[in-house]
Amino acid sequence: MDITRFISTHRKLLLVGVPILIILIFLATFPLYGGVYYTRLLTTILMYVILSVSWAMFSGSTGYMSLAPAAFFGVGIYTMGFLQSTLPFPVIIPIGGLFSFILALLVGMVTLRLRGIYFAIFTFGLVVFMSEVVAALESDLFGRVGQHINPLPDETIFYAMLVTAVATLLAIYFIRRSRLGLSMLSIGGNEEAAEHMGVNTTRVKVLTFAISAAFMGLVGVIMAPVKVYIDPRIAFSLSYSFMPILMSVFGGMGQFYGPVVGAVVFAYLEKTLRAQFPQYFMLGFGIILILVILFLPNGIAGLVPKLQNRLGGVLAKLRKGGEAEQHANT
Amino acid sequence: MRILEGQGVNKYFGGLAAVSNVDFHVDQGEIVGLIGPNGAGKTTLFNLISAALPISSGEIRFKGQKLNGLKPHQICQVGVGRTFQETKIFGNMPVFQNALVGAFFGTPTRISGADAAREATQALDFVGLSAMSETPVIDLTLVNQKRVEVARALATKPELLLLDELMAGLNSTEISEAMELVTKIRNTGITIFMVEHVMKAIMGICERIMVLHHGEKIAEGTPQEIAANKTVIEVYLGEEINAGS
Repeated sequence: MDITRFISTHRKLLLVGVPILIILIFLATFPLYGGVYYTRLLTTILMYVILSVSWAMFSGSTGYMSLAPAAFFGVGIYTMGFLQSTLPFPVIIPIGGLFSFILALLVGMVTLRLRGIYFAIFTFGLVVFMSEVVAALESDLFGRVGQHINPLPDETIFYAMLVTAVATLLAIYFIRRSRLGLSMLSIGGNEEAAEHMGVNTTRVKVLTFAISAAFMGLVGVIMAPVKVYIDPRIAFSLSYSFMPILMSVFGGMGQFYGPVVGAVVFAYLEKTLRAQFPQYFMLGFGIILILVILFLPNGIAGLVPKLQNRLGGVLAKLRKGGEAEQHANT
Repeated sequence: MRILEGQGVNKYFGGLAAVSNVDFHVDQGEIVGLIGPNGAGKTTLFNLISAALPISSGEIRFKGQKLNGLKPHQICQVGVGRTFQETKIFGNMPVFQNALVGAFFGTPTRISGADAAREATQALDFVGLSAMSETPVIDLTLVNQKRVEVARALATKPELLLLDELMAGLNSTEISEAMELVTKIRNTGITIFMVEHVMKAIMGICERIMVLHHGEKIAEGTPQEIAANKTVIEVYLGEEINAGS
């Protein structure tokens, strides 16, 4: 009796909470039975989840299209490169996040007055710029470009990524629901109106841009040992800017879970398709993306309410049919 | 008491003086109308007051405090709310969220979530939109979108409300309702400064009217004085209105 009452009063919590708990347990125990290949695959998927969700948190809600994730990701990688022999791995992770946060804060203060395509182009330039600056710094300071990163056990990297992913998702979930989230949405809705309703738009934009960059920096540090060898071209590869955007668009940015779904599906497809069809996988990617943009402008997440409606309609019909039958029987 | 006061207000766009040496004031509790032909500088003056545009020279004071140099969000927080000539809504957000933005950010002090929700609900009740609070604003009709703008501005707890062509594009029933709404807002103690082209509304509810032409103030007075003013008739009202009134 008590159990049924508990279930009926906390139905929504259970519907969401229980699956999440199961997924978490599955993920936390995965390296014990999953094997090296799948542990690494899962690490990559989690990386893309963090990148996509933090990209969508800022760009999806404010409408400022940032092409800078690769810059912040690269800062994380190079933080690891510079500090690996002086500090322990778990300490470097937050430092990488902090460096990205500071870089984004500075860049944001200068560029977030730019709107639309200009902001996108500037952030694109930032990735190229950072790559050049780091290359120049490396050759001036150490007389070389590129360096080795000491490898770490797969499990260490996986758990670091898992903890970071959980922390990121929690943080962004609450940011989206907070007044900061509301102010970001109002900027995306109409920036001018938001300003006149008392929203300090400059502060909100710079702050949230920096927060999203911080998460990308954390991921960069964690992924550095996976790369073994890094140079500016690898660390600041533009695909780390484009993939999170594609994944968020594919998953749908209107919902919190959209970019998560997009990242999981796309990262898995990328890894498996690239291995099987190295020549054709980009072609397949492109086709999928075009189809999504044409037929699912709100991404996969946009499908859910549609399906719910349809399902709801069918259920209601069935229920009505059942009632009618009962009436007929009595 | 003068709640809003401008002295020698100028705004240049390059060589063009959009607002030229305008002195104006609005007293507490008044409904003041601002009229003039297209391009006279009415919306520009509103944009100067709300800091959407920086003032070229001159001074604007709100309750004695100089507004020059403040940012739009600060202007809102000191107590000057506004609506827009072309509705600027948060289209994909539900009606309630639109008002909630005003309630959360429109006051200088931090407000709790529950309080903000209550204020937003009140504002929507006030303009008669509570039944649609979950509808995305983009799906509303023009008149209801304008109501959302008013509710959103009211949720910021203004002492002075700038209404920029609230009635443009509305039919005559809607205009009457809007006039009632404006009077109702004033009766809660909020001072109104409104730009309007609908003469019936301006003449019906304003206590005082200012006329701008080519950026200059050419007349000021009660509706009767303005309707009888020769210059105003010449540049704006035309013969017809004169004959009719």
